[in-house]
Amino acid sequence: MLGWGVDFLRAEMNRLLALLFHQGVLDEQFLQLQQLQDESSPNFVSEVITIYFSESEKLLRNLRMLLMDRELSDYKKMEIHLNQMMGSSSSIGAKRVRNVCVAFRAASEQSNHAGCLRALELLEHEYCYLKNKLHELFQIEQQRALASGVRYPAQHD
Amino acid sequence: MGMAAAESRFHVLAVDDNIIDRKLIERLLKTSSYQVTTVDSGSKALEFLGLHEDDRSNSGSPSILTNNHHQELEVNLIITDYCMPGMTGYDLLKKIKESSSLRDIPVVIMSSENVPARISRCLEEGAEEFFLKPVRKSDLNRLRPHMMKAVSKDQKQEKHEEEEEEEREEKEIKSQKHQEQQQQQHQQQLSPRPSGNSKRKAMEENLSPDRTRPRYSDIAAVV
Repeated sequence: MLGWGVDFLRAEMNRLLALLFHQGVLDEQFLQLQQLQDESSPNFVSEVITIYFSESEKLLRNLRMLLMDRELSDYKKMEIHLNQMMGSSSSIGAKRVRNVCVAFRAASEQSNHAGCLRALELLEHEYCYLKNKLHELFQIEQQRALASGVRYPAQHD
Repeated sequence: MGMAAAESRFHVLAVDDNIIDRKLIERLLKTSSYQVTTVDSGSKALEFLGLHEDDRSNSGSPSILTNNHHQELEVNLIITDYCMPGMTGYDLLKKIKESSSLRDIPVVIMSSENVPARISRCLEEGAEEFFLKPVRKSDLNRLRPHMMKAVSKDQKQEKHEEEEEEEREEKEIKSQKHQEQQQQQHQQQLSPRPSGNSKRKAMEENLSPDRTRPRYSDIAAVV
């Protein structure tokens, strides 16, 4: 029964991954990340993603703050933050988040405050969706690890 | 001859201001069996390499090999991001190439943006490779030849130095022998009967101070 559970969970994970690929939320770089995980670094993916979450949330807060004052928005600073977020997102395979950053940066280069606000809202939305899906992925992975680790008590002791 | 130890594990210095990219490049390099040190800025990289920002060349150490005596660990390759606040990857590249002790360390540049002018500028300045981010495992396969080339260059230089040493020693021995010969010749000239052309020549040369003195008998004959 448990063996079937492991396979089921693996299938679930693959299904979710396929969906995220199809939606363009993740790209091939995410697979590259997974390939870097092995016995010598068994939590590599979750470590990197955890750092990505905390960095991204910091950057999103900063962007929000920079856009609060319509008159004095520091577009140069925004671009610095955006470049960071673009780089990180690209490095973990977060394709849609990265693409919104590109559009955001274009608006910032034109000092287009309204455009920047719209882009920020879209960015926050995309980031939220990504975070939720990645959490789902990790949950399934955790369950799978647990399921494959369970042993039946030896019957012939 | 510590070369054997260096060859078994190359040491790469990775420079990137982005924490995710640092983690990634570190993992990539480690899975390729390299020793890795990561720093988050160009100035920290120079510090690690034993060079201060205002130095043009590393004075004091006459190190002909790339082994910088100021470091604890020899660095076989430097891989750096291009876009960094303060000192860019390009600035770092320039500083390394200007340093007499560091210029032989191969440098690779990484960038998330594909700007042809940027790429050619870096290659012209002496970068070995230019990788587009995100860097893949397959990109790292291109690193090893550059590190091997630098190692064999060191070995050639070592060999060259050894050969020069031997040449020098040979010359010393030869000149000693020559000096001994000259002394022997000198002894023979003082005795009344010279023999052979070369001996005569030596004798004539010995007599040259006498020749500058006017010979009255000759002058008398002319007059």
